[in-house]
Amino acid sequence: MKAEENHGNTKKFGMVIDLDVCTGCGSCMVACMAENNVPFRKDESDKLKSITWMRVYKLSNGKPYPETDICYLPRPCQHCEGHDGHSPCVSVCPATATDYDMQTGIVSQIYTRCFGCRYCMAACPYHARYFNWYDPVWPDGMEQYLNPDVSVRMRGVVEKCSFCIQRYQAAKDRAFMEGKTDIEESDYQTACTQACPAGAITFGDLNNPAHAVYKLKKQPNAFRLLERLGTNPKIYYLSSREWVRRAGDNYLKNEGPAKIG
Amino acid sequence: MDSAFIPNGVRRCAPGKFLVVLAVAGAVLLWGVYAMLLCWFKGLNQTNMNNNYGFALWIWADLAVIALGGGAFFTGFLRYIIGKDELKNIVNYAVLIGFICYSSALLILAIDIGQPLRGWFIFWHANVHSMLTEVAFCLSCYFGVLTIEYIPLILENRGIDRVPFLHHLGHNMHDIMAVFAATGAFLSFFHQGSLGGVAGVLFGRPFSFREGFFIWPWTFFLFTWSAAAYGPCFTLLITRITEAVTGKKLVKDNVVELLAKISGWMMATYIIAKIVDTLYWANVTAPSKGFTLMDFYSHNAFYGVWILILEIVIGGIIPAAILITDKGRKSPAARTTAFVLAVIGVCVNRWVMVLQVMAAPVMTFDKWALYYPSWQEVATTILPVAYGVILIAISYRYLPIFPQEPELNPID
Repeated sequence: MKAEENHGNTKKFGMVIDLDVCTGCGSCMVACMAENNVPFRKDESDKLKSITWMRVYKLSNGKPYPETDICYLPRPCQHCEGHDGHSPCVSVCPATATDYDMQTGIVSQIYTRCFGCRYCMAACPYHARYFNWYDPVWPDGMEQYLNPDVSVRMRGVVEKCSFCIQRYQAAKDRAFMEGKTDIEESDYQTACTQACPAGAITFGDLNNPAHAVYKLKKQPNAFRLLERLGTNPKIYYLSSREWVRRAGDNYLKNEGPAKIG
Repeated sequence: MDSAFIPNGVRRCAPGKFLVVLAVAGAVLLWGVYAMLLCWFKGLNQTNMNNNYGFALWIWADLAVIALGGGAFFTGFLRYIIGKDELKNIVNYAVLIGFICYSSALLILAIDIGQPLRGWFIFWHANVHSMLTEVAFCLSCYFGVLTIEYIPLILENRGIDRVPFLHHLGHNMHDIMAVFAATGAFLSFFHQGSLGGVAGVLFGRPFSFREGFFIWPWTFFLFTWSAAAYGPCFTLLITRITEAVTGKKLVKDNVVELLAKISGWMMATYIIAKIVDTLYWANVTAPSKGFTLMDFYSHNAFYGVWILILEIVIGGIIPAAILITDKGRKSPAARTTAFVLAVIGVCVNRWVMVLQVMAAPVMTFDKWALYYPSWQEVATTILPVAYGVILIAISYRYLPIFPQEPELNPID
């Protein structure tokens, strides 16, 4: 196996989201939509046709008062590595319109190559991929506020969270102009990370011991969504609550997160 | 009026009656075409698909018609490669039905993609790791083979046959048909299999994911096997319907019984493999991902264990049991029942491998997502049925589809 295939010396961007800190305010969702020119419609009541690269789920422990407990779980694309970059969606795309970058670990989407078969959506267990059922229509004047670094997408193609890759490109450009050989942790941060008022989201290089995520992902309360499927996601969650950690994956009655390891 | 083009030795209905049939089917076809144009010009927002249901009615229809059209490759394989000579009396119809099924599948796929003008990207930017790429290549090639197999039949029309060049062309094509039958069988093995692989490789979807052999999940082999088993039943069912509509016996019983017997044994062996696959998946694969069998068949308003029973018992074991017994095959009512049940069985299998996969939640905090198609989806799915009726009606009227028809229905 080549060194780069398991991210030997390369970057592997990921997130650690502290669910005990998240208040479910939705700032991450708003920031994501503004940063990435995510389209919306006048009537967004049908949530199954909405596009939310970052979506906050509300989880409940299902117990009656006074033991009721809830948890808000922000869910961006998990940028699955799978086995050696064999992520669920990348491997199935028939037109190579989505790609796993071994240099960054980012799963990208090539909008101009996607022809809208939606096989990647069928493959993703996180519902992190969204189809443009409609052409984007911006309210009068709002097109002036679109992010010029992000292309808008047309009807009939799939889109998803890109870890604000345009910010990574800009950070690399700045570093080059400043004569640096690499970027700092603070040079590249996603919009959702910066917008979170509670500081629940931490973003960085999971392979870099100098980055906060490197240590956070190793905390005993860290877990990932649906790890048992072998998707190998790069979003880690933290929670001190056992029922929340258990909600991260499916377990048989006699199993639990600790037993599975 | 058109008697010069009607095959020798057979009788056809009056042109007026024929045109009425075409007009009725044509009206349904136009309804489907209107819906298709809506989808192309206004986009897939005309459907009831959503972000949970990226695959829905159309993909099921694709998988179903390709399985049902499997009668073409398997009957051709039996006739030309294995040498079951009696099947020459039904292979024409099997090819025609296959041609209709595959052209329908390609049309539905063309409607189903979000950017139809980019459809060629699947060939140009092909990802060789994707099962869908294999489907696209093999499906297109096999449709070409079916067209080549259908052309000699067209050239046998009395009017066309009078042209010496076309007469010789048709004759020479007949001579090399074994080559195309073998090519068709080879291509079908891969595209039927890769259609099974489409669902089987989804390791993020425990309901459909299957382990397998090398790069192929078990569904790859099960889909090929089931198409070979159930496809001939569809050919025989449509033959039976055609006989009922025309009021004539078109294929001798010994031919029907031979194909039914082979289909029955294929079905019996397939259903054993399917049961083994289901048991392994329910007891090993799914639990290893944290799921029990009942997680996929409860807590929702539609998908219960009944669908498993409908697919395996009613649509698999029962028709197989009827067709492998001499008594069952020889009884017209029993074997027709078996054909109907078999068609239902394979369609249900394709349904669960598409729609139930989308419906079943994977994240613990997700919910079952049920879906019903919009009228545009229904109309575009019925469109191929109307198109099939028209093509069968025209082919039956003007081409010698059934070689035994003159003998079975002598003109006084």
